[in-house]
Formats: sequence, structure tokens, C-alpha cells
Amino acid sequence: MALVSFTDNLLKHLPCLPTEASGETVRDVMETVFAQNAPLRSYIVDDQGRLRKHVNIFINDEMVSDRVKLSDAVAPDDEIFVFQALSGG
Amino acid sequence: MAETFYAATRKGLFTYRRNGDDWATSSPAFLGEPVNAIIKDPRDETLYAALDLGHFGPKLHRSDDDGKTWNELAPPAFEKTDDPDEKAPSVSMIWSLAPGGGDEPGAIWAGTIPGALFRSDNSGETWRLIESLWDRPEREGWFGGGYDHPGIHSILVDPRDSSKLTLGISCGGVWKSSDRGETWRLTGKGLRSDYTPPEQSEEPNTQDPHLLASCASAPDTIWCQHHNGIFLSRDGGETFTEFRDVEPAVFGFAVAVHPNDPEIAWLVPGVKDDCRVPVDGKFVVNKTIDGGESWRVKTDGLPSEPSYDLVFRHALDVDETGNRLVMGSTTGNLWASDDGGERWRLLSAHLPPINAVGFG
Repeated sequence: MALVSFTDNLLKHLPCLPTEASGETVRDVMETVFAQNAPLRSYIVDDQGRLRKHVNIFINDEMVSDRVKLSDAVAPDDEIFVFQALSGG
Repeated sequence: MAETFYAATRKGLFTYRRNGDDWATSSPAFLGEPVNAIIKDPRDETLYAALDLGHFGPKLHRSDDDGKTWNELAPPAFEKTDDPDEKAPSVSMIWSLAPGGGDEPGAIWAGTIPGALFRSDNSGETWRLIESLWDRPEREGWFGGGYDHPGIHSILVDPRDSSKLTLGISCGGVWKSSDRGETWRLTGKGLRSDYTPPEQSEEPNTQDPHLLASCASAPDTIWCQHHNGIFLSRDGGETFTEFRDVEPAVFGFAVAVHPNDPEIAWLVPGVKDDCRVPVDGKFVVNKTIDGGESWRVKTDGLPSEPSYDLVFRHALDVDETGNRLVMGSTTGNLWASDDGGERWRLLSAHLPPINAVGFG
């Protein structure tokens, strides 16, 4: 299972500790995370499930390329980081 | 007169309470976060605050204890489409909130960017899109005004009949429903734009009413601060007449109406429309007491030095007596009046940019 970590900037809004989640794509992994933490969804993705404009997700050291469908592949030992972009503040 | 008001700012929500002849405030809620809408539901004293988190999207919070504690609610949202592309709709901002009528407890309306109307029947716990408006083909002709996409900033619920609604949309004109949002009519004949080709200047669907404000005791009187000037409707927003040549300017965003006298209104003029600062650096309030026949510039208590304050559309409010007003600017100045806007008092010159104010 991939390890998913979140920017500390989210912690002032809601709990989101690092968590292990399974899935073959970023979408799959994040849906697993959202199933355990429903309020987190609207902070990371918009109404259509697209990555919010000023949120970035990295798989290890690579930023995801598909921000609409979140189809980037995830391997079981990958680390996923959810960051606040420097834009949008 | 009202003893409490709220100032929603770029960096939090400030509550001011009357303390003798003065106003006192304490630590803000949501410190550091942009709060762009605040209402207090007069039916049950519940507070609703809309946040526009720069990174994490629009959020909605409710307080059932006058702001001591807040609970986050699921915000109004579009249903996810089957195969969303980049154009599929998503709420980017909750721009306006309005309580439903006295006969529909728990009903709350929300206007958003993009231009959609949502309704909750359970005090904001869940929301549904008013599809009858979203599906109108005219919506394709709307465009953004100030923001990238059109939005609903004015929601007037007729106090005589809560099924009657009037909306102000930038830029999508004035829309009315007489059946609680099941069907809609585009109204606003008489509004005029000069940001469209001349032959389309009177097209109702592309008007930019910056704000609609109705008189509580005479709801068919609706004042409109429009992108192109000052307009007044005597028939509930069906038709409007324009006041031209009002000094120092007819441009502005905010308008407030006396709750018991539809002839009295306040506006905050500025230089149109790419400049948006007070005319000649002189920040004033414009007041009429005769339905717009004459206007008086109010300066008492307002800055004597050059000022560059802009008052956003939701940042001027009047209480239920019509005597007490509050006004906040993008420069973080906050003023209040106890005598119908004749004299103003600076309460703070150091707030964050003020998005909205409201008595509660």
C-alpha cells in the first residue's frame, strides 16, 4: 500500500494524519483515503473530482501529470505527498 | 438598534458588539482565512459563514451559539458528472447567502460562482442545485464580472411571500421566480450596459447589477447599484429607471436601503470602472431621502486626506431601524453611523481587506 502524507497546512482545518492506502492510480488511492476521511475530499479535489488548482500531489519526487482524472499509476511502495501550492494564497 | 455586527475579511471574521457608546471586538474567528459571506438567520439566530480558502476551495461553517463555536458543513456543490472534463462545473465561491422566509424554517439560499443557486432545507446540512435556473439556455450568455465566471450575489426573498425570489447576477441580469425557484423569468427592463455593443446595451441577460437591495417594508422598491449607474425599481425588479448625473459618480458596488422608508438609500461612489477609487481621492457616502430625486454627499467622520478605499458590494449594511449603518473597505477601514449615515465614526483603520459586513 502507498503511504499518503499531507501538508501541515491542512491540519488546521481537519485531521489528516499520514495513512496507508491501496490503489493502482492516484484516483484509487485518494478514494480510499476519502472513504476513511470524507471531509478531506472537498479540500483536495473539486466538485468533479479534479485536483484543486492550488493543490499539488507528488508520487515520490514526481508531480502528477493528470490533474483531471488522477490517472497517474501508483506502485505499492510509493509515497504520495499532498502539498499546498505556492500559488493561490 | 442592532447591538452586534460582523465584518468578514480577507483574514478572518470579526464580531463587534455594542459597548456603551462604542463598539468592542475580540479575537477573530477563522484567523488567517478569507471569509467572504456572513449572515445571521433572524429566525433562529444561527450564523453562517462562507470561506474562500485560497488553496482548499469554498467552505461553509455554521454557529449555533453566536460564534463561540463553529461547525463545518458540506458546502453547496455540483453533482459529479460521469466523465468530467476541465469544463464541468464546480463551485469556486459561495458569494451570497440568504435565509428563506419565516414560514420555511431551516431554508437557506446560496448563490455561487459559477452562477448557480442552491437551496438547503435543513440549515445548511445538505444542498441541492436549483436546476431550473442552471438549465436555462440564457445562462450561456452570462459572463464574469469582477471574477472569471458569472455569479449570484443578490438573493431577495419577498417578506410577504417566501416563494417569490429576485436574483442579481453579475453578469446575468435580474431574474425572478414566483414559485420558490421552480420557474424563472428574466426581468430588469430599463437596465443599461455600455460594456456591450450599442445595440445590446439594453439586453437584460447581460446586465451587471452589482447589488440589489430591497426595502423590507416595501419590497417592491429595489435599488440597484449597477456597473453603469444607479437604478431604481418600483415594481419588484420588473423594470428600472436610471439616475444619471449623480455627483460625484454613479459607479460603485454597494447600496443599502432604509428598511422602513423606500425613499432613503445609501451608496458609496467611485471612479468607474478600471480605476475603482474615490473620485479625486475623496471618500464619501451618497445618500438620498427622496427616492433619488436629490443626493447629498456625506463626509462627516470620513477621511479628509486622500483615500483609496473601495467598498465591496456586501460591505455596507443598515440595521432594522435604519439609523445604524456599518461600512468596511478594501483598505481595512471600518466605519459605523448611529444617525442614518449623517456622521460616521472610524472603528478601525487596521483590519484586513473587508469583504462583507452584516448586522445580526
